[in-house]
Amino acid sequence: MIDLPPYPPLDPSNYDLIIVGTGVSESVLAAAASSSGSSVLHLDPNPFYGSHFASLSLPDLTSFLHSNSVSPPPPPSSPPLPPSNNHDFISVDLVNRSLYSSVEISSFESEILEEHSRRFNVDLCSPRVVFCADESINLMLKSGANNYVEFKSIDASFVGDSSGELRNVPDSRAAIFKDKSLTLLEKNQLMKFFKLVQSHLASSTENDDTTTVKISEEDMESPFVDFLTKMRLPPKIKSIILYAIAMLDYDQDNMETCRQLLKTKEGIARLALYITSMGRFSNALGALIYPIYGQGELPQAFCRRAAVKGCIYVLRMPITALLLDKETGGYKGVKLASGQEIFSQKLILDPCVTVGLESLSSLTDQQNETLSVLVPKVMVNKEKIARGICVIRGSVKADVSNALIVYPPKSLFPEQLTAIRVLQLGSGLAVCPADMHVLYLSTLCDNDDQGIKSLLSAMSNLVRLPDRENQQSDSVVENDTCEAKPILLWRALYVQELVKGEFGGTISSMPSPDGNLNYNEIVESALKLYEQLMGSEELFKEETSVENTTEENDDGVDIED
Amino acid sequence: MHGRPRKASNPEEEAASAAKAVKLRSLQSQFMKNHHDKIYTEEAIELSMKLLEINPEAYTAWNYRKLAVEDSLSRIESDPNLVNSILDEELRVVESALRQNFKSYGAWHHRKWVLSKGHSSIENELKLLDKFQRLDSRNFHAWNYRRFVVELTNRSEQDELHYTDDMINNNFSNYSAWHNRSVLLSSLLAQNADGFMPNERIPDEYDLVHSAIFTDPDDQSGWFYHLWLLDQTLNVETPLLTSSWPSHGSTINLSGAGCLNGSSSKFTTFCSESGSFPLILYFDQAVGGVSSSTVTIDSELKGNEDLVWEPISYKNSQVSCVWVTHLKYVSSDPCEYKVKIRVGNSPGIVSSRGHNFRAPYEFVFTAHVHDTVKDSQEGIVSWTDGFDIWDAKSMDLNSLITLDQLQAEIDFKWRQEAIDSEVECFGILSDSKIGNLTLARLLMAREAMLSDDAVKGVRYEEILQLYNDLMALDSSHYQYYKDEHSVAFLHKVTSSSESLSRHLFRYRGMNNLVCLRLNNLSLSRIASVEKLLFVQMLDLSHNELRSTEGLEAMQLLSCLNLSHNKIRSFSALDSLRHVKQLKVLDVSDNHIGKHSVDTTRYLCSSPLSNSEWSQDDVGRQNPGLVTKYWDAYFVLRDLKLKQLDIAGNEISGNEFSSFVLQVVPKLVWLDGQKLGN
Repeated sequence: MIDLPPYPPLDPSNYDLIIVGTGVSESVLAAAASSSGSSVLHLDPNPFYGSHFASLSLPDLTSFLHSNSVSPPPPPSSPPLPPSNNHDFISVDLVNRSLYSSVEISSFESEILEEHSRRFNVDLCSPRVVFCADESINLMLKSGANNYVEFKSIDASFVGDSSGELRNVPDSRAAIFKDKSLTLLEKNQLMKFFKLVQSHLASSTENDDTTTVKISEEDMESPFVDFLTKMRLPPKIKSIILYAIAMLDYDQDNMETCRQLLKTKEGIARLALYITSMGRFSNALGALIYPIYGQGELPQAFCRRAAVKGCIYVLRMPITALLLDKETGGYKGVKLASGQEIFSQKLILDPCVTVGLESLSSLTDQQNETLSVLVPKVMVNKEKIARGICVIRGSVKADVSNALIVYPPKSLFPEQLTAIRVLQLGSGLAVCPADMHVLYLSTLCDNDDQGIKSLLSAMSNLVRLPDRENQQSDSVVENDTCEAKPILLWRALYVQELVKGEFGGTISSMPSPDGNLNYNEIVESALKLYEQLMGSEELFKEETSVENTTEENDDGVDIED
Repeated sequence: MHGRPRKASNPEEEAASAAKAVKLRSLQSQFMKNHHDKIYTEEAIELSMKLLEINPEAYTAWNYRKLAVEDSLSRIESDPNLVNSILDEELRVVESALRQNFKSYGAWHHRKWVLSKGHSSIENELKLLDKFQRLDSRNFHAWNYRRFVVELTNRSEQDELHYTDDMINNNFSNYSAWHNRSVLLSSLLAQNADGFMPNERIPDEYDLVHSAIFTDPDDQSGWFYHLWLLDQTLNVETPLLTSSWPSHGSTINLSGAGCLNGSSSKFTTFCSESGSFPLILYFDQAVGGVSSSTVTIDSELKGNEDLVWEPISYKNSQVSCVWVTHLKYVSSDPCEYKVKIRVGNSPGIVSSRGHNFRAPYEFVFTAHVHDTVKDSQEGIVSWTDGFDIWDAKSMDLNSLITLDQLQAEIDFKWRQEAIDSEVECFGILSDSKIGNLTLARLLMAREAMLSDDAVKGVRYEEILQLYNDLMALDSSHYQYYKDEHSVAFLHKVTSSSESLSRHLFRYRGMNNLVCLRLNNLSLSRIASVEKLLFVQMLDLSHNELRSTEGLEAMQLLSCLNLSHNKIRSFSALDSLRHVKQLKVLDVSDNHIGKHSVDTTRYLCSSPLSNSEWSQDDVGRQNPGLVTKYWDAYFVLRDLKLKQLDIAGNEISGNEFSSFVLQVVPKLVWLDGQKLGN
């Protein structure tokens, strides 16, 4: 990756917009901007699409994590030059920010994995799925990006706890009916609550509030957890609704540690998303779907759409410096690793691209102002997300391949502050060889140790180490449930920083992958930036044509058994 | 499909449908011409297909195709390939018609017809059905057809049961699936198939349907299935004898007409001019075949060799819960006789569902024949005074002893356990109307099953409260709850001697008759009659009765007070025609004659369907009045009333009074006035 092949110079060298990084938000912007007629150059320093949203083979994933982790990459080969002064521009060198820390990768069955290494498509920022009613799906349909990607259903979702048992999430009428672990009264209470929510949602869309039951304004402003208590839902069901349906992260019962106390209004909106997702596509089994070949397909689909609309793509092409106007300090263009200088009206950057503090000192105020969005902010409470990837032989639940598992706060150990989400994907999604599964885990944390501890706890609940390790470590107790657990073949643990996006006048920095299960906030921020860049220009206006009217069929939410 | 609102059609759609109509009309007329001329050429058959593709409801076209198929089959003889190709073409036409409208009766029927020819692959049919049932899992045509196809294949009922599992798991709001389940289970349970013993299987089914009911109490399909299960639990198929009069071990006092000396302490005294007394058998379900060969009587009473048993049913059918015969006695010959009855000695008593009365049952009573004292006073019976409080200690009410036949059933235990667990289960679904109704029904069933006097009857208050709540909550079904409330109340009254005796009095006027007073209780329905067979005087005044249905079993009844009820016509008193002993009837202050249109008129005999009235005296002399008061005529004609109170009804008046005198010439008291003759 370091030895860049010589590139022919790019032509033209002047664009409306340069975008660096091919993550989901950058790709959405590229597609949106090019379809509205802007000339766009889309660059990525990596040899693959997707940046932090990419799906990679195990070796590629390993090297990407290592090269983007805290152990600082070798300083730029040339010592930090003072801003160079050729032409009419000041050139400011860029520094790569590391998103990842505490990267630890272990392989337990190297031979097998090497044999299959290229058959993996492992996501960098999973667990992440799409709700059928997500805004991101609407955007795909609107842009036509849906033509380049196919989805499959997540078969089931479960709630786990320290006992190791995985209980179905009773998220629909049929699921409540079938559920074996709920008592009759609980079934009744849960369905009654769902009906209340549905009736509330119906009344808010139909404006006829006389007949339907509505949740009062006062309740809507109260904490969601209090509302659930008021509805007399037992703790077990409350926890399912909060963490496995509304997909909350923080312990809603603990005011000290809860960073985000959800209001009823927001809770209902989350349930609404879930409920509408359940019924949106007749061939989807539940609320959640996942792209075949990995989530890296999503940014790629938008990039393809952009390319169709004239966007120019160059991979393996880092930018090394920004070019600023000498006098006004305004942004002019970028300097590519190939040495070529390219100019544009506006610039959008991957969250990893920052300006070294030492370069700033020699700049004028105006120049500093232009670059301000790229200066890493000092955050008091640095929120991070710990992620884990396991390649396993077998499945965490018999007969289920693709499943979401949630461990609500405190379900694994008393100090567990945040929910841990686990996504298991199988070979049906073309992400791993047959008879194996990939497990993705994530949890929000304040520091690396805390996050890694949570993930390890969830892992030990779900998988076991290969036998030889097992014999050494715990030969004393070998309980029965252990026998059924899948075997761990490969494991990656890392902590990712959550970086917010910064939108400036000409230069904008995109956010890092967030801690959510879906893409909604990512897509939302991209659309917000699009609005800022393009004004009131309508999004993908040409695409709402005949080719997309058959959306349900084209969406390809395939169901295979 | 279900739950999709109908949209108003826009002008384009209307134009399209008009164009379709034009096309259809021309097709139709051409087709009809072919049909009449019996033209079965290729073009003619093609034309019928076109018609069916547009309008799958064209029955005639389907029939035409059947004729055409028969025609071509008769010409090609027995080349199996040709036969198959002709029939496959039919299946194809049906399939495309079903695509147009998969609820077309004609199309499904045609498919059955083709299949029954026996040349087509049945495997394809199940695949096709899967497709249709995926489109609409509740489509009953598809379910019907499925049963037909399954019958043709060797697919086991267990496999089909699993199929309903899947369908119900997908969406439990599926009447068709639940229904098919009940059909399959009925058959499997009846066969006692492996794993389908009722005592094991039915509790599992309860578990399944509980999930549906508790998940969505507003969905009816689960409740229907629950009702079916409850029926399976409660209904013992074999008919059983519930009670009799005289009851086992009892002593009855018999005499001729008039009063009886020194019999005031005796409980049951029966006087008869005709020198016979009724013997009543009450079964838990309607049975037929009660006769002198199936019921043997062993006694010294003379002249009772070839008894005629009569079913007491207001429907005039040959099956009934109540059967009666009349035993003769000679009142001039005072003596004590033992009478031994054996019911079901030889087979022949069969329920209306076809199940045999299995366990022969024997009971014995003593008949004490007394001297007749001839001083019959035909005094007026007053309902207001002359009553003495019943001394509960003086006599045990052995009529209330339930026959222990029910409990003798070998599989009674699981039924009781099933009901107990249902009661527990529905106790927690208290905010659902149908849940409360079910709980009330379950509690009633449970009470009926209890044999232990210590716990019997303790939950009637709860049942009555449930029905009271339901009446307040759900006014559209008020009358139903009211009726059920009455039933529960009467069950409560008859649940023990103690509670019954609170309503018992002695009437000084007539031989110290025992009078049951159930007045002023807002009863709207009569129940528990099987325990009241001994009653000779019954006060039901100031209630809300609309009919006397049920009273026909009370063959000893001689005085009945129905004043201040809601009886709207004499047809509602039709069942009293069977109560031959009835002498005193008070129907004053009802609504007889208020409603000009009597809906029960269509259910019972009317002048138009019956010519016998024109042959009797009254009918000949006064056809106008009989036509006008035909319903009164039919009831009163068959009764031998001495006393009738009819005042306070719209019908009453001079004209009606004179009509009554003609119909009931032996009447002594009318509306409190002694008739002068």
